[in-house]
Amino acid sequence: MADFNWGFFLELLVSGVLIGLMYSLIALGFVLIYKSTDAINFAQGEFVMIAGIIVGACAASYGLPLWLAISLSVGFMVLFNVGLERTVLRPMIGRPIVAIIMATIGLAALLRGAGPFFFGAETRPLNLPIDDAPIIIGDHFIYLNPIHLLGAVAAVLFLLGFGWFFLKSRKGVAMRAVADSHQVSMAMGINVQRYFALAWVMAGVVAALGGVIWGSLLGVDTQLAIIGLKVFPVVILGGLDSIVGVIVGGIIVGVVENLAAGYLDPMVGGGTKDFTPYVLMILMLMFKPYGLFGKPIIERI
Amino acid sequence: MFHRESGYYKTTYKGDMAFYPLPVGRWSVALIGILFLVVVPLFLDPYYLSILCLISIAIVGALGLNILLGYTGQISIGHAAFMSVGAYTAANLITKLDWPFWLAVPSGGIMAAAVGVLVGIPSLRIKGLYLAIATLAAQFIIEWVINHTPAISGGVQASIEVPRPTFFGEKLDTEVELYYFLMAFAAVAIVATMNLVRSRIGRAFIAIRDQDIAAEIIGINVFRYKLYAFAISSFYAGVAGVLYTYYLSIANYEQFLIVVSIDYLAMVIIGGLGSVLGSVFGAVFVTLFPTVIRIFMDAFGSFFFDPVIQAQVTAQFRLILFGALIMFFLVVEPEGLNRLWLNIRNYFRVWPFSY
Repeated sequence: MADFNWGFFLELLVSGVLIGLMYSLIALGFVLIYKSTDAINFAQGEFVMIAGIIVGACAASYGLPLWLAISLSVGFMVLFNVGLERTVLRPMIGRPIVAIIMATIGLAALLRGAGPFFFGAETRPLNLPIDDAPIIIGDHFIYLNPIHLLGAVAAVLFLLGFGWFFLKSRKGVAMRAVADSHQVSMAMGINVQRYFALAWVMAGVVAALGGVIWGSLLGVDTQLAIIGLKVFPVVILGGLDSIVGVIVGGIIVGVVENLAAGYLDPMVGGGTKDFTPYVLMILMLMFKPYGLFGKPIIERI
Repeated sequence: MFHRESGYYKTTYKGDMAFYPLPVGRWSVALIGILFLVVVPLFLDPYYLSILCLISIAIVGALGLNILLGYTGQISIGHAAFMSVGAYTAANLITKLDWPFWLAVPSGGIMAAAVGVLVGIPSLRIKGLYLAIATLAAQFIIEWVINHTPAISGGVQASIEVPRPTFFGEKLDTEVELYYFLMAFAAVAIVATMNLVRSRIGRAFIAIRDQDIAAEIIGINVFRYKLYAFAISSFYAGVAGVLYTYYLSIANYEQFLIVVSIDYLAMVIIGGLGSVLGSVFGAVFVTLFPTVIRIFMDAFGSFFFDPVIQAQVTAQFRLILFGALIMFFLVVEPEGLNRLWLNIRNYFRVWPFSY
């Protein structure tokens, strides 16, 4: 290790942090729903995909301006999630967690079929109006992708916003109360069902933003849903109901997979990027199942 | 409709333990047996026989998942990965050591069970969502390991060709012979599961599902029985994987991706959690589903869609309906097709007098 390439290492590290923050953005939608409704959403990646596909289809194929396409997509996600909460998730309140997991897996299948069914299966570009020449920092020539930077900044802003929302605002406090106990919050005069709907709407909006950012990076088609699988290592590492945990978990996953891709891939022949976050997650589950910042669940009969 | 019970009179333990206490039940089971053993292979087209073969394999796999999810209440999203463990174990034993099927099938199952226990070990500490994610991780890790270990996966494209099974020197390569071969395994699996779930082990599983802390208090070793559940479930999955390998005469990890795990979850949920008959219904339903959609699209699809993209649209349409069905059953009929069947049966049991 005499000639350890610090520039290479730093580049992997920095872009890992940025990508990790972009993962946090996706995982945030998951945590929002879990935190306030105790429901597990296995379709978060598909939400991101469908939002991205709508933006891509509106902007690239129907020629709408980008801001209109994005607002259409956000509007669709809001309506869709309100409807979803009404028809599927509300009747399932109080059912075993396995049932809710399965329902969202079904939802994921439905969305994966519906996206290309209604908007066509081709991969569309999604161009944000920013310069995509790499930004070069320092003498070590660290290249930064501006979209990564934008994604990371947007993610941090959103995460800070939601952190403030949950800690300080009246609605956020009510939401935490709902998450804690449905019955008690009903007795305190909180309209529980409205907050459930609100949680799903927020997750939809976050997914739409994630769809725009990730879509501009990868192009939009059904493959976009695969980043939904990165959500699980992120939330398990950080703790399921913690917004700080989402940030930390996202950064850990981003850095670890980037370093693995940089150093391990040449040794074992590729694919470690999708694999290492899950190994990390299994270790976490074995030793500290509630994550770094999660709240342990105490069980009573 | 055809029989009346006039009370519940059991004078022997044997009578109490019978699967079908009434003669009419025994006769109808015998009739169904004759139908599938004699009539179906004689008169059915090989294409439909091949669907029945796939259904038999799916029955074995679905029963395994139902033992874990329906009876023990432990979710697994890695069922297909356990199938692939069984499939590759058997494929290697068959091609390298030339083992016959009656050794290869159980050893595939045992290997899958060993891996299943390994994955199940965290299940003592974690449950529900955490377990779901841990098994999801197992799916990816097993997939990756198989794909990146040439010693297991046979190198190029991670697939191993496997000869068809031989039975007393007779190579089973026609559709009818394979049908009998697979159907025999499905029948054994059904009877074994029916017996398992009413044994000491099965009752312990049900106690753990209903309330695991309470089960521990009444003296069930929860950890051990959860591992049993994982082992038995993965054994079934491994056997299903071996059978699938024999049926396709190739072991390929692409047959065991996460989509397949979700198919099996759908079978168990649509069929009915915690019921043997439900697993059979679910296996039939989910296996027939793409065929029905395809027949429907072949007949009517050209009215709506460009024929060029029709295959693609059919696949998308299938996903949409599939997802919608899972959600529909979970919301409207959580006990699945089995509950529908019981409702129909109970209605006709007292028909035409509805009391």
